[in-house]
Amino acid sequence: MSNSKGLGGVGVFLDDRTRGAAPARRFMRKIFPDHWSFLLGEIALYSFIILILTGIFLTLFFQPSMTDVVYHGVYHPLDGVRMSEAYASTLNISFDVRGGLLLRQIHHWAALLFVGAIMVHMLRVFFTGAYRKPREFNWIIGIAIFTISIFEGLFGYSLPDDLLSGTGLRITQGVLQSVPIVGTYLSFFLFGGQFPGHVIIPRLYIIHVLIIPGLLLALISAHLFLMFHQKHTQMPGKGRTETNVVGAPMYPYFMAKTGAFFFFVFAVVALLSTFAQINPIWLFGPYNPSGITAGSQPDFYMGALEGALRIMPNWVSNVGGYTIAWNVIIPAFVPLGIIFGGAALWPFLERWITGDHREHHINDRPRNAPTRTGIGMAAVAFYGVLWLEGANDVIAAQLHIPLYTLTWIARVSVFLAPAVAYWVTKRICLGLQRKDTHLLEHGVETGIIRQLPSGEFIEVTRPVSEEVRAVLESRTGLPQLPAPAPGEPGEGVPAPSERGAMGKLRVRLNRVLTEGIPVPTGNGHGNGHAELREGEPAAVPSGADHGRELEAGSPDEEERPSGH
Amino acid sequence: MSDTPNPNDTPESAGQEPEEPRTPHRIIGTPPPAQSRAMLADETGDHHEPPPELPPVPDNPVRARRAERIVAACFLLSALAGVGFIAAYVGLEVNGLDSTLRSNLALGTSLSVVFLGLGVGAVLWVRNIMPDVELTEQRKPLASPPEQREEFAETFNAGAAASGFKRPLLRRTLLLATAPLAAIPLVLLRDMGPLPGTSLRHTVWRKGMRLIVYGPNTPLRPADFSNPGQMITVVPEGYQDNQVALAKATTIIIKFAPGQLRPPTVMNWTVDDIVAYSKICTHVGCPVALYEQTTHHILCPCHQSTFDAIHGARVIFGPAPRALPQLPLGTDSQGYLIATSDYHVPVGPSFWELGGSGFTGGNES
Repeated sequence: MSNSKGLGGVGVFLDDRTRGAAPARRFMRKIFPDHWSFLLGEIALYSFIILILTGIFLTLFFQPSMTDVVYHGVYHPLDGVRMSEAYASTLNISFDVRGGLLLRQIHHWAALLFVGAIMVHMLRVFFTGAYRKPREFNWIIGIAIFTISIFEGLFGYSLPDDLLSGTGLRITQGVLQSVPIVGTYLSFFLFGGQFPGHVIIPRLYIIHVLIIPGLLLALISAHLFLMFHQKHTQMPGKGRTETNVVGAPMYPYFMAKTGAFFFFVFAVVALLSTFAQINPIWLFGPYNPSGITAGSQPDFYMGALEGALRIMPNWVSNVGGYTIAWNVIIPAFVPLGIIFGGAALWPFLERWITGDHREHHINDRPRNAPTRTGIGMAAVAFYGVLWLEGANDVIAAQLHIPLYTLTWIARVSVFLAPAVAYWVTKRICLGLQRKDTHLLEHGVETGIIRQLPSGEFIEVTRPVSEEVRAVLESRTGLPQLPAPAPGEPGEGVPAPSERGAMGKLRVRLNRVLTEGIPVPTGNGHGNGHAELREGEPAAVPSGADHGRELEAGSPDEEERPSGH
Repeated sequence: MSDTPNPNDTPESAGQEPEEPRTPHRIIGTPPPAQSRAMLADETGDHHEPPPELPPVPDNPVRARRAERIVAACFLLSALAGVGFIAAYVGLEVNGLDSTLRSNLALGTSLSVVFLGLGVGAVLWVRNIMPDVELTEQRKPLASPPEQREEFAETFNAGAAASGFKRPLLRRTLLLATAPLAAIPLVLLRDMGPLPGTSLRHTVWRKGMRLIVYGPNTPLRPADFSNPGQMITVVPEGYQDNQVALAKATTIIIKFAPGQLRPPTVMNWTVDDIVAYSKICTHVGCPVALYEQTTHHILCPCHQSTFDAIHGARVIFGPAPRALPQLPLGTDSQGYLIATSDYHVPVGPSFWELGGSGFTGGNES
């Protein structure tokens, strides 16, 4: 280390013991692509950090105990009221501990932001196809993070043992109890007997402050490590390829930007917590199984479950002396099961349908995968209807719609809205593709009108800029399953992979999934429709193992009229 | 990712990082296997050229000088707000609603300004002082080259062979040993709670137990109802503060005009046209707290299950599958309302062991 003049004393000390200079240098030069949508995951990460910091503070004052106490604190309206120690200590955090109310509210707002940011981040990843190979693992880790975050939130807001959260806990217990075969036992074991018992708050507490945060920390670390190792995806653009990453380096650019972003996230949460009251548990009163308030609403991420419970008809089956409570287990498990299970399976399903085994590092623009975008929007519509129905009493009161009518509207919309969303989204995507193709082939309209010698008027167009062209040309069409070209030997004979029921299904799904308007193949410099050149591969050359399949697609097939 | 032409660089560090070939490697033209695929994918070879250096000076020095002052002002503001936070913590006691509100506003505002100052300052710094750069980093394919995969498989198989794991007796007894081990953590959870038994089928209501008005904590006479249409929440005497008991036993009583009640309401279980139903919703257990006098509908505020109070609290809308059980009522010698027995069917949400008999409503005698 004689020659490390540039390295300071601390650097030399560390490097002598770790040989860390080269990795650290690579780390400093790690490239971070820039796009606003890449910040969504960061919001979730920073909310998580805020949650840990404020959560530690809250544990110093919170008593997770269901022991009955009579309150004699500074909040006079509840003076002399019997309540659990958990509720009393939450009142003390709010009114006796300096900064306690602020940090409690920061904790709650950050929790909402955490789950919300995860949701939006996942939508971004889905709609841009960033979950594709090689990032399927990270997608599934993300789904796991999302799932346990919902439980983390539910358990967290149940801890103060106020009337609102106690009602939520009661609903949770009712759902658990309705699970066939084991439900009664699960409920008795979790609650230490009959609801509400005396142990649920301490048990939820340890799950909320230790078990789930530990899991989240592990999963988030794995998520970040994989992202770091596989490098970021990037949006299409000039100079961006599947084999590079274009952007600003970690040091000093990304460090400064992301640091600033953390400060902004914290500032926004702090502002909300200063000026927008959240979860004023002192107004709800302590939990009592006999009491409830009308119009009670859970935190927003429970809304879809709540809505599903509300729209479900009251079906139950009694078989051989046992009761299957379809009215509870279907809404509790099916809708979110479809969304989470579907999301987890989707990358593999899509890969099977398209036969696309290449690595993907350039994101799709959502319009360039109309079917995927349509399916995503269908899921959003499905979730959205359930979510709105979770507040049907509030909506009914505000809009003066009869409650039952609203529930019936939701019962129909939960099936209809996804179908409409799918169809409309797909049409919009195809329309945007046409617009892109038009821009590529005819250029930008300049507004300059010229008269030709023949007397004809034309509008002068100019080719799009290089940057725009790079973005527009990122659409290569999704890989189609091969079909023997007409006239070639083997015409009409399906490939082995397309025989049988599964093969036929795969071909059909492939036709739907790859639907799109033809990818422009001409030079496109405003010269009008270029001729298709013979033998030009329709799809991007593929990875090694499946090249044959993909290259078999010919321009003729790409021209197959679709979108009808 | 290769190096800059930095005079301080020593060739020795290149040797330490075999996956980072330095210039000499490239000239010789024998990149290590890990690099071979990247080389093919990247024909221009700019992977090995010095990456564009970060320019040491801002794009616009004048703007940078101005920005520096603004950034410094932001950081200064942040520092002042931080001091303000501490001052507010020390200076503003909390001991009630108003003082908490003041403290919350002061602490929250100063904390927000601390972070806003830092955030705005950092962004202006990046935008105006750091030069605009866009660097390109090459990706390596994530898959290992075939040789490495083969080497891995060889090493793995060699290890497996050396371990003797293929000996069936060893393998099977080891697996056998792990099976009960895996069950132990589950078994240990057994004492988390008692077995349900038949406890979900009963409440604490017993013959002769008085109905106590929830809240005022007083017993009730039929004559205490001034007029029909009222709904009152009652709890069993002696269990007013027992949450586990109340979670099942809480009851509502409704007074009707004479002759209003209809089957399947059990008329024998009513007193002076006062009928008692379980307050625990048969959907997932919320208290059915809303009563609409004109329609005689009992509504659960959680999921809007609606019960018809005149007709034995049968379900007329929503996800609840069965009627609210009816509590048999009577009066004691002092004229107070009492229960004449427990509920005849289980109250509350469905459960696996409930069975069809739980669905016969309150009209079973």
